[in-house]
Amino acid sequence: MAGADVDAVGLALSLTLVAVAVAVSAWRGLRLERSILWSVLRALVQLLLVGVALTVVIDPASPVAWSWLWVGLMLLYAADVVRRRAPEVPRLWSLALAAFAVTTALSLGLVFGLGILPQEGRTVVPLAGLMIGNAMSATVLVARRSVEEVRDKRLEVEARVALGHGRREAARPYLASALRSALVPQIETTKAVGLVFLPGAMTGLILAGVDPLDAVMVQAVVMFLVLGAAASNATVISLGLVTRLFAPDDRPLRIARPPDA
Amino acid sequence: MTGPARQDGPAAGRAASPLFEFTDVVVRLGEITALDGVTVAIPDGGVTAIVGPSGSGKSTLLRLCNRLEVAERGRIAYRGRPLEERDPRALRREVGMVFQQPTLVAGTVGDNLALADPGADDAVRRGALARVALDADLLTRDAGALSGGEAQRVCLARTLLTRPAVLLLDEPTAALDAAPTRAFERTVAALAEDGIPALWVTHDLPQLRRVADAVVVLDAGRVVAAFGDAAEAAGHAALVRLLEPEGDHGRR
Repeated sequence: MAGADVDAVGLALSLTLVAVAVAVSAWRGLRLERSILWSVLRALVQLLLVGVALTVVIDPASPVAWSWLWVGLMLLYAADVVRRRAPEVPRLWSLALAAFAVTTALSLGLVFGLGILPQEGRTVVPLAGLMIGNAMSATVLVARRSVEEVRDKRLEVEARVALGHGRREAARPYLASALRSALVPQIETTKAVGLVFLPGAMTGLILAGVDPLDAVMVQAVVMFLVLGAAASNATVISLGLVTRLFAPDDRPLRIARPPDA
Repeated sequence: MTGPARQDGPAAGRAASPLFEFTDVVVRLGEITALDGVTVAIPDGGVTAIVGPSGSGKSTLLRLCNRLEVAERGRIAYRGRPLEERDPRALRREVGMVFQQPTLVAGTVGDNLALADPGADDAVRRGALARVALDADLLTRDAGALSGGEAQRVCLARTLLTRPAVLLLDEPTAALDAAPTRAFERTVAALAEDGIPALWVTHDLPQLRRVADAVVVLDAGRVVAAFGDAAEAAGHAALVRLLEPEGDHGRR
């Protein structure tokens, strides 16, 4: 391949860029030197481990089941990240896990089912990773905004319930507004792509020597996948949150504010 | 303790069982015990005032009646039948509520009335406004542009569109001036005359004298007194002592 191979020397030399960051920290008294070095070390070790594992998993000789197992572990971890980033949302982990699982099944099902890309180790893990990683912020956003919205509009919500509305009906306008505000950033990103920034997948492909137009095609698929994933994930969270914010008899539950808020 | 037993008024004939009967009811809201063993019967007819200082559990008692709260212990019967046997949504339409603050949603007055009965035509909605002494022209008015008194009446009209058999009023006039307060009181009294009894939470002694047929007094999550006759209640030393320190007496 005519791509840009980085050898060990190249990698070592790129650390001079880290030295710049450390120098800035020392110069301006930011006291971030240790944290920078630690983060770089972690990133390097994590990436190397992932690289080694990926080599095994995406080896055409390995069964594709290994890739799906990997995806499963990613789902568990992603759900945990969402839970930690939205601590005020009650019992979010299982909901987030369900959302990621539905989204992954739906979107990868489409991509592989329609034969847009072949289902093999080389595609399963990176696509799932991209999708889950990018859907994460919309997921956190919709969870936090929904809780905030229902809490702020508690009087209106209670009045609707008191009029005999079911919990889904009573919550709908407030959850819709939260869903909207969670999806807008993703839509804006999709609009700005190419004009403002070259997304990671495309940059990587071009650096690795792939023809830019081919890279664009792959990137387009990835972008649409991410947009769809964000929408589907946020929707599952939004629908599921009703059971976290209301009792089965439609009563709005009291949601405690997180201790640090 | 015996509940207020009303023997006169429009409901005297059919008031075989109480409207609501609470037996040893305990409600905890998080760390707080809001009601601590309440046993009381609410008469089926007229306006029953629920009074007591802030934090005494008045709102909680009211909100149990349409299941916006649930009891941790004890029994609640609505017209002789355990409350939990009723379908919650049907119960809430039968036991209507008006809150302390107007709870109108964005849109017109008509949009708000549609929340209670999407199928109601203009004649029905005008009728609902007329019952709370509001002009039918208000239907197309933006709900955000109403005065506090008008907004609370629209809330009452909206509740009436579910054809309630009972009204729960959680300090509905707390934020209103004297004139709209009186108008609201007259409307509720007329509805009670028409056979829709009301439970009215207040901590305003003069209001109690004006509206109440029966009185339940709460303090620290317990019923400390119950009167079948408001005149007797209003002169009761314990009641005056409970309500006066709050400085609400004669506020309006």
